[in-house]
Amino acid sequence: MLINTTKGDMDAATLEKREGFVDNAHEHTTWVEYWLAGELVHRSAHVHLKIGAPAEVTAALFA
Amino acid sequence: MANTQAMCTSFLEKLLVGGHQFGAVTLASRGSLTVPTKDTFKAALFLASATVNASTAAYSASGEVSGAGYAAGGIAVTNAVDPASTNASATAGTAYWTPSASLSYTSVTLATAFDSVLIYNSTQGNTAVSVHTFGSQTVTAGTFTLTMPTNATTTALLRLATT
Repeated sequence: MLINTTKGDMDAATLEKREGFVDNAHEHTTWVEYWLAGELVHRSAHVHLKIGAPAEVTAALFA
Repeated sequence: MANTQAMCTSFLEKLLVGGHQFGAVTLASRGSLTVPTKDTFKAALFLASATVNASTAAYSASGEVSGAGYAAGGIAVTNAVDPASTNASATAGTAYWTPSASLSYTSVTLATAFDSVLIYNSTQGNTAVSVHTFGSQTVTAGTFTLTMPTNATTTALLRLATT
């Protein structure tokens, strides 16, 4: 598999792959990095938002 | 400085004066436009060091990410599903909307940490809609994808609720 890197397309087999994730109430995020001889040459991230921004709407009451 | 997830206050005001068009609607005549077309909304990424929040009234490039493959102003939001609303009781309900596709910034290098996206209306003077934060990220010759929450009353990207 070819990976787009800062040095052009490279065979994934020649690179060190590192992956990670974050999961909390707000998001589930995964990321993948490819390293070449200690140099980061590719990093992608995928953030899945779990919840958006709410706003409360209020109608006044005539008591 | 920091970014804060929020619905922009000016957005709420603009809603009251018909300043945003998220979906199809047929209006009684207001003198001219009775079947307005949808506005175009865009999504711009902001540095973790920026300050975008409820006070943000319009898109500005100040504090926006920059780097190879990223165009200032961000990308267009896919909006194929009109806003919806559901009543929860005689006194409460929720109107909600979510973009109909993920936001994907492909083949970019964003070396400085970013942690938020500003949704804004590029048809109506770049007026701000909302700010959404996430864990700080960088991208190197890669893709940043922001998948939307489920389009429902309790999770949608934008929710206007009465209680």
